[in-house]
Amino acid sequence: MSTNKSTTLSRRAFIRNSSLAGGGMVIGFNLLQSCKPKVIAEPAIDLASLDYSDFNAFIKIADNGAVTIFSPNPEIGQGVKTSMPMIIAEELDVAWKDVYVEQGILDTENYQRQVAGGSQSIRFGWDALRQTGAKAKHMLVSAAATRWGVDPSECTVSEGVITNAAGETLGYGDVVNEAALLEIPEEVPLKEPKDYKIMGKNASNVDINKIVTGEPLFGLDYKADGMVYAAVVRPPSFGQKLVSFDDTDARAMSGVLDVVTIGEKVRSLLEEDAGFGSKISSSDKVVVIAESTWQAMKAKEAIKAVWEEDSKVESTEEHDKILNDLLDGNEFNTMRSDGNIKKAFAEADEILERTYESPFLPHNCMEPMNFFANVTDEKVHLVGPIQTPAWKAGLVSKMLGREEKDIHLEMTRMGGGFGRRLYGDFVIEAAEISDKIRKPVKVVYSREDDMEDGIYRMAIKYRIKAGFKDGKVTAYHLKEAAVNDNMYGLIPNFFPAGAVENYQVDAASYDSNITTGAWRAPYTNFLAYAEQSFFDELAEVMDVDKIQLRLDLLQNVKGTTDERIQYSPERMEEVIKVAVEKSGWGTKPKNVYQGFVNYYCHNSHVAQVADVEIENGEPVVKKITCVVDCGIVVNPLGALNQIEGGVIDGVGHSMYGELQFKDGRPTANNFDKYRLIRMKEAPLVETHFIQNELSPTGLGEPTLPPAGGAIANAFKAATGNRLYKQPFTKTPELLKVPEKEIIG
Amino acid sequence: MPTYQIKVNGESRSVDVAEDTPVLWVLRDHLDLVGTKYGCGIGQCGACTVHVDGTAMRSCSLTLSQIDGKSITTIEGLSEDGTHPVQEAWKEVDVPQCGYCQAGQIMTASAFLENNPNPSEEDVNNAMHGNICRCSSYSRIRKAVMIASENMD
Repeated sequence: MSTNKSTTLSRRAFIRNSSLAGGGMVIGFNLLQSCKPKVIAEPAIDLASLDYSDFNAFIKIADNGAVTIFSPNPEIGQGVKTSMPMIIAEELDVAWKDVYVEQGILDTENYQRQVAGGSQSIRFGWDALRQTGAKAKHMLVSAAATRWGVDPSECTVSEGVITNAAGETLGYGDVVNEAALLEIPEEVPLKEPKDYKIMGKNASNVDINKIVTGEPLFGLDYKADGMVYAAVVRPPSFGQKLVSFDDTDARAMSGVLDVVTIGEKVRSLLEEDAGFGSKISSSDKVVVIAESTWQAMKAKEAIKAVWEEDSKVESTEEHDKILNDLLDGNEFNTMRSDGNIKKAFAEADEILERTYESPFLPHNCMEPMNFFANVTDEKVHLVGPIQTPAWKAGLVSKMLGREEKDIHLEMTRMGGGFGRRLYGDFVIEAAEISDKIRKPVKVVYSREDDMEDGIYRMAIKYRIKAGFKDGKVTAYHLKEAAVNDNMYGLIPNFFPAGAVENYQVDAASYDSNITTGAWRAPYTNFLAYAEQSFFDELAEVMDVDKIQLRLDLLQNVKGTTDERIQYSPERMEEVIKVAVEKSGWGTKPKNVYQGFVNYYCHNSHVAQVADVEIENGEPVVKKITCVVDCGIVVNPLGALNQIEGGVIDGVGHSMYGELQFKDGRPTANNFDKYRLIRMKEAPLVETHFIQNELSPTGLGEPTLPPAGGAIANAFKAATGNRLYKQPFTKTPELLKVPEKEIIG
Repeated sequence: MPTYQIKVNGESRSVDVAEDTPVLWVLRDHLDLVGTKYGCGIGQCGACTVHVDGTAMRSCSLTLSQIDGKSITTIEGLSEDGTHPVQEAWKEVDVPQCGYCQAGQIMTASAFLENNPNPSEEDVNNAMHGNICRCSSYSRIRKAVMIASENMD
């Protein structure tokens, strides 16, 4: 067997770094086929176009055998800094305990899709990460075989040690210098799942020791020599711009170094890049530069600014009316249409129509937005928490008129993302400020800034109408009315698309000046509750079993030739059946009320059952049984954390989450007025994975959307009341059990 | 600016800051102890929790005069090598998701367990209710505090 089968080194990037301490080298595999990626400004998330086939990762092996794996993607708490290197290490065949993981920097030459978003890191990295590890192993074995003068097929590997037929051994470190000179093979065989030694086993978060001892990890912890702090005075209301300001008092305060304005460069960027325009204010902003965070924040309060409206300031009350009018109107964009719903509704025995409402939500990452920038003649150095580093580096390059190669961006661990850190308006601000003052500067948002200057989950209303005839659902019509943006194109092909003969999804939107964007599981985070609550009620009206209704609908999708359909009826059926069994559905004592949901999003299938009990006359969520089919589970310990977190997050926001606007301004700006779920309200989450050997699918998001539906359906069972508005605590009268019905 | 002597993690430290500077920012910006986190600035989230003479307090709402003569412990000083029973339990359970709030959670839990070495789950729920975890790692926090309670001296 040849050791260098079919390789074209010329089109494969190959990186040697002989300057490593202790010798050894970096092996870089650029799996990119032909085109060099460029740093270009592009929308953060286009789920349909995500392609990881040209992904690249780095492995560093020192000649003492120490293995470092660079994790390419941003870490927001979803665990990829642990799980992505696990995939490489598995195929590389080293012991996980011997692997040291480092965060890769933004490197558009050698990495691809350095994005945290859409629950896609593992799914799209799966093949490339495994090939990266396997190719490195192949080269190391080839190097050892050449040294021994044997065929590589005679060699075996275990935990980074290569053994030949004669029983001689060489460690990876012994042959790394020779291996790095070999050509990179085209494609190598991968392990069978049954042979996995690392994947499928619990691995602790690679940063756990640093987290529990308080070492600097996050953007807010980053410091540089000579760094100053910036607090930014932004328009208090959406729709306002700066007219003038008085900084006399602020300048007199201790630690204040300067007060400057920014805005000019952002506006020039917005002229070039309209796509980003809806995510950042074009107003001038006043920036206080100080020696410390506290001094900057305090002096910011002393700026007396005058604002004027440059567009209408809006309120929740107005949005409510506008969305209702949209639902009642005819200005829809039809996103999917099967059969003839009009005819089917006309012929139906009965029709059920319900409207569901959701509010704006802030992301409320625990680490408020912040970013470091140091603009010098030599380069632009950016450091901080960002889900879309390449997009932001591209925008900064454009805004400052600097070469892309001069933008050096380092990603820190993020204190939460949830979609907020896709946008990076704070990166743009930091760069403009540093460009202006020519100092290393950290922009820091206060919690109030963070909640008032958000890029929010928009308010949405859904109206769902179903018709049935002879015990079968014959028509289904989903209408969406949303502020700013409508559901992405895959969603109309989620369940129950394909299951109902006459099916239509229509969407309408209203353009607001309030900035909105992705929020953990965009659209589905509310749609899942609306639809699954609707199915629950539909089964009651049809007088059929709630689970059977869903299973019957799924039968209609089996064997479909419609390639637009996103979910698998077989996988959905399985999660439903396992959830019924594991939750003890229908077999609980009388004082336990259950609610059922099944849902598909982010390529994963989920079913949940909520258990609610009555305490002091009110329903309390005690437990959620969650069944997940996400294919192969790379790191069960991390996966469970995502699932438990997603479910409780879903419960919390359905129960309490709401941001209202009055005169263009949020009416809450800190946790005294904005309620997040806390310890006492967090239910037990019991998770069951479907065991299979299918490629991994999304996990950071898909367990959140169904949770709201599960508890709404359980509340109905407990109280007799249907909930049509989120958050559920907004209608406390519906969360009471009629006195006579209290059991036990 | 006045100079203050404060006792942090067993050491006496000298800082030149304005009188109204919250202890949180003294720790983070002036003493480079960034393990204590800023979350809300109004004592609502618990990310900035430290021990003041062993009692868990919100450092964002503490002034220098309030800690005069008192001893502050931050996450960096909870143990020499990250082996406090609460830190060990956090590692065993693998509590964190993003990890940002966890220093505050650990400081709240460790002060609580000093005074309540044998808590019920309900006691733990009550004790930890003031600390927000936006990633909702609450199940694991609960579990880790219970494990730690078995290993407290």
